[in-house]
Amino acid sequence: MELKTPLYEKHLKHKAKIVNYAGYLMPVQYSTGLIAEHLGVRNNAGIFDVSHMGEIVLKGKDALANLQYILTNDFTSMKKGQVRYSPMCYEDGGTVDDLLVYKIDEEEYFLIVNAGNHKKDVDWIKGNLFGEVEFEDISNEVGLIALQGPKSLEIIKKLLNENEIPNKNYTFINDVEINSVKCMISQTGYTGEYGFEILCQSNETSLLWDTLMKSGEDFGLIPAGLGARDTLRLEAAMPLYGHELSEKITPLDAGLGFAVKMDKENFIGKRALEIKGEGLQRRVGLKVIGRGIVRENCKLLYDGNDVGITSSGTLCPYLNHAYAMAFLNKELAVIGTELEAENRGRLIKVEVVSLPFYKRKLKQEELL
Amino acid sequence: MNKTYYTRTHEWVEFISESKARVGLTDFAQESMGDLVFINLPEVDDEVIVDESFADVESVKAVEDVLSPLTGIVSAINDDLLDTPELINQEPYEAWLVEIDNITEKGELLDEDEYKKVLSEEE
Repeated sequence: MELKTPLYEKHLKHKAKIVNYAGYLMPVQYSTGLIAEHLGVRNNAGIFDVSHMGEIVLKGKDALANLQYILTNDFTSMKKGQVRYSPMCYEDGGTVDDLLVYKIDEEEYFLIVNAGNHKKDVDWIKGNLFGEVEFEDISNEVGLIALQGPKSLEIIKKLLNENEIPNKNYTFINDVEINSVKCMISQTGYTGEYGFEILCQSNETSLLWDTLMKSGEDFGLIPAGLGARDTLRLEAAMPLYGHELSEKITPLDAGLGFAVKMDKENFIGKRALEIKGEGLQRRVGLKVIGRGIVRENCKLLYDGNDVGITSSGTLCPYLNHAYAMAFLNKELAVIGTELEAENRGRLIKVEVVSLPFYKRKLKQEELL
Repeated sequence: MNKTYYTRTHEWVEFISESKARVGLTDFAQESMGDLVFINLPEVDDEVIVDESFADVESVKAVEDVLSPLTGIVSAINDDLLDTPELINQEPYEAWLVEIDNITEKGELLDEDEYKKVLSEEE
């Protein structure tokens, strides 16, 4: 399967290196290279094609009740115009996916799910629906662009009025027009940086991309690929499904308790999570002390004993140092613990450090 | 000028004498790896063997083995690369990795035209 997003031609124009990701031909990096893209997002702004993500609409009298049952977070206190992150679990507590829920209206919600889990999510959600609720998968009808970085606000201010720009993290505004393209714009992202994600009709995505690129010309805006998206999220210690979450890893294992509301009456996976609790390991951050990069699936050793495994790791370009995330036996999950990571037959010294590795300092009002 | 040969796994070999050569990575290799951020090299006096890994290079996204085109003994390493592996990205044909002496065996070495043909097949 080789699907193309509406922006495929743009990627070729920017000399992208294309890979097949979750069935889509996606840019892993452009001619500027991953490191320049990563730094570009931290220092100025980057534009990402994330149209491969899945988009689902849930509508009807029982839409909220379904979300309450199928997802782990609590949506009852959510206001129109808010966005909320949530894991979605199997009965055994393992994770189906993690996703974002947008509250469009009292009886209408919009979900953004991971591309790699899209089909599985659709089957799972549909299979668990009850009552009066309409399910619609609109993934092929919409395009999604992420504009991320401290200069995002200035770029978007050239295109929208102040009251059309979501001014709080995890909020959105529906039905704005950017150069006559109807969009939904949220202050969300997956880079640890200030920024927006903008959704529009599939056939208008290309025009939206051009408009944003033009508006960003004076602000150093560059296209950034999936490679930078991964290093940015890792530097910001955001979980990635398949690494920090999986069918075997519960959201509690991954330290995502803030998005698992155990006091909710009932939800899929609740009983298993009550029994399993947080498990015997913790998700921790590791700083590489020795020479080299520690990547995923490296065994962690303490006094020669197997005490954990890394889930993601790379050289973090902004911090210019190698870091990893790992699942580590809880008694060792203390800042300052020194361990060894086994990487391609070599042992590399690592140290437990606090998460996230990188945290942005700027608040919105300080951006201008 | 010494003649440069290439391998199907994108190393280059430049003979300094009959039994001594420098080995590096081709432009295609550095281009497809992207920005290099780490390199591990063997030590002087280590033995290297045809088609066996003797070094590895790491980009942000991946790590790759460098296979030896020759069997012999490492007589020098380019230790500038340990701190600045990006030299390989900048000048791949200047940034030699190791010098191999006492060469007793050569793997399949391609001349420039043959290597260009390999590259055209990769694309």
